[in-house]
Amino acid sequence: MKKNHIHKNITASSTSAQGIDRRDLIKGLAALPVLGLFSAAWLKKNNIDKTFREQMREVVNLTAQPVELAPSVKDGKPLRIGVIGFGIRGKQLMRAAGYPEPSWIDEQIKAHRENKQNKNYQDYMDQEQLNIEINGVCDVFSVYSNASAVAASNIHREKTGGKMGKIPRQYKTYLELLDAQDIDAVIIAAPDHWHATMAIEAAKRGKHVYCEKPVSWTVPETYELVKAVKENGVVFQLGHQGRQTESYIKAKEAIDKNILGKVSLIEVCTNRNDPNGAWVYDIHPEANPQTIDWNQFLGKAPFHEFSLERFFRWRCWWDYSTGLNGDLLTHEYDAMNQILNLGIPSSVVSSGGIYFFKDGRTVPDVLQVAMEFSQHELSFLYSATLASSRSRGKVIMGHDANMEISDRLVINADRDSTQYKDKIKEGLIDPNVPIYSFTPGKKGADGFATPTEQYFASRGLLFTYRNGQRVDTTHLHVKEWINCIRASIQPSCNIDQAFQEGISAHMSTKALLENRRVFWDKDKNEII
Amino acid sequence: MVLSSFYSKRFFRFDLLKIYCMANTITTGKYTNMQAFLLVTLRLVIGWYFLYEGLVKIFNPDWSSIGYLMDSGGICSKMFQSMANNDHWVAIIDFLNKWGLTFIGLGLILGLFTQLALFFGVLLLMLYYFSHPPLASVSYIMPQEGSYLWVNKTLIEIFTLALLMVFPTSHIIGLDRFFRKNINNK
Repeated sequence: MKKNHIHKNITASSTSAQGIDRRDLIKGLAALPVLGLFSAAWLKKNNIDKTFREQMREVVNLTAQPVELAPSVKDGKPLRIGVIGFGIRGKQLMRAAGYPEPSWIDEQIKAHRENKQNKNYQDYMDQEQLNIEINGVCDVFSVYSNASAVAASNIHREKTGGKMGKIPRQYKTYLELLDAQDIDAVIIAAPDHWHATMAIEAAKRGKHVYCEKPVSWTVPETYELVKAVKENGVVFQLGHQGRQTESYIKAKEAIDKNILGKVSLIEVCTNRNDPNGAWVYDIHPEANPQTIDWNQFLGKAPFHEFSLERFFRWRCWWDYSTGLNGDLLTHEYDAMNQILNLGIPSSVVSSGGIYFFKDGRTVPDVLQVAMEFSQHELSFLYSATLASSRSRGKVIMGHDANMEISDRLVINADRDSTQYKDKIKEGLIDPNVPIYSFTPGKKGADGFATPTEQYFASRGLLFTYRNGQRVDTTHLHVKEWINCIRASIQPSCNIDQAFQEGISAHMSTKALLENRRVFWDKDKNEII
Repeated sequence: MVLSSFYSKRFFRFDLLKIYCMANTITTGKYTNMQAFLLVTLRLVIGWYFLYEGLVKIFNPDWSSIGYLMDSGGICSKMFQSMANNDHWVAIIDFLNKWGLTFIGLGLILGLFTQLALFFGVLLLMLYYFSHPPLASVSYIMPQEGSYLWVNKTLIEIFTLALLMVFPTSHIIGLDRFFRKNINNK
């Protein structure tokens, strides 16, 4: 032992002169094979993963990339816009078009100052300029009219006290605005009972139209509007900004590729639980018969004495509103029409009631609508409550797979699927794990990614947008309309889509109010 | 005698150079074969784990620390979340995680600059721990397996790494053996 020790010391000392002895070399490098083992295991795992991904790609052949922003068509000359209505939605549309109220900018700056993580202001300032100018505004409430003129002059998106542009003309009536020579196109954000009337008059005057949904308040005017738009060749966009939602576009791709197999049932919902969501909007302190042109507000609506509730919360009365059908069913319907090309339902039944908001409203706050699409052999169920926010998803149920859509998209195979039978048997597809999931803003799609990502996806946690910027869908929808005007083509939610939306909503309302099953006569092109 | 010196207060000064030199100044022969075998194996498996975690992130172009940072809870959550909201910070954290984990893993497996690797390993794990402290009042999306009270796997790993720091082995099995020779022979 001692000898060995001496020997070791000698060797060690000779090391400095000659380098490293054999024993040291072996011990020093003894762990290297572990790296070799690691590399072998790593390569093997990579191969398995690769094969799995390739096989999955054969099953779900969807592009993983986010939808790219369409480039703007710019012909140099600014498009001249008029805006009718500057209530809640009118303000949002003006902002989406690039014309914010200075007070709104103040709020965003303040919000960012209080919470650095709030990036609304920066996102908004990064929003693309659409090369438009707002030359006329109109609102029957003078406070809103003045405010819309200020917003329209806010060409640099300034805060209060910032440098403003020219104040546009405020029109007393929408017809005067439509007659103006310096207006090429109008954005209509008036109450429901005015939509089609204003859009028809605009089309007749050759003005392009962006109209808030629903397209119409009565059935006959729906037909009139289609005629006016087509005869005058104007570019018409209905305000379903969901058309721009990336996950809907991906969902359509999945449907077109038959990943779901035969679809038999669609379930969509509205789940709200606050007064604002139930249309109990604030009443402006300066509102009174002097500041509101009540008769112009009423228009075709049945006469009623001046009422602040009715003016600000008009959605609660059939006299001006289209109820849940026009306000919220249409969003769900249009999304599904976009994804599945549904067209008009063959029949509709509906029921509901005023169960929670007993504030004198005539429009139900709980509603069920069942639409049959016999041409596609599928049912469409809509269920809404304004008094519970329990989240129920948008689900498309196919024989081979089902799809849940929010701003994300998740597809799971059906355990009894025919198309995936073999793959499920082989263990390649697990019905409990998504075969595809798409998260906007995230670079790739997964579903066959790491458990962590799957878990994240299943909990609906968004990856914050990193490369892609957060963009307001309403902005994209307005931008599409403007680009289409410049390119003389029709946008995604064009008059044909709008007609289908309008008729579907009217059938639902008719079914509810007449308490019967309402049919669509395809040949006569009318509701029976 | 030698091992006991590592319990001395000097060790806790976190003098980087000293920690680094510890591996090189230690002399052999104090571990039994079984002790040395288990300590080396522990070092290797932890190294393997770190290396895999690092390489997986390097080879996944979609990987980002952002989700984990956003999911942070407890007293430091504000700091981690604000980092998640800053692209520059995210880029730095992503880089440090990817390459940090990889080099720590390599360091432990190869037995190269092992004390340094262990030190940074503890540091990194402490960041993980404090971004997701297992408190009764907080719940997380990640990690997804089970829940813990104060003590979680990260904390255990921190102490395991610390343990390996005071029971070094890279001078026995590892490339550090060559450095020790050189320094000793100077």
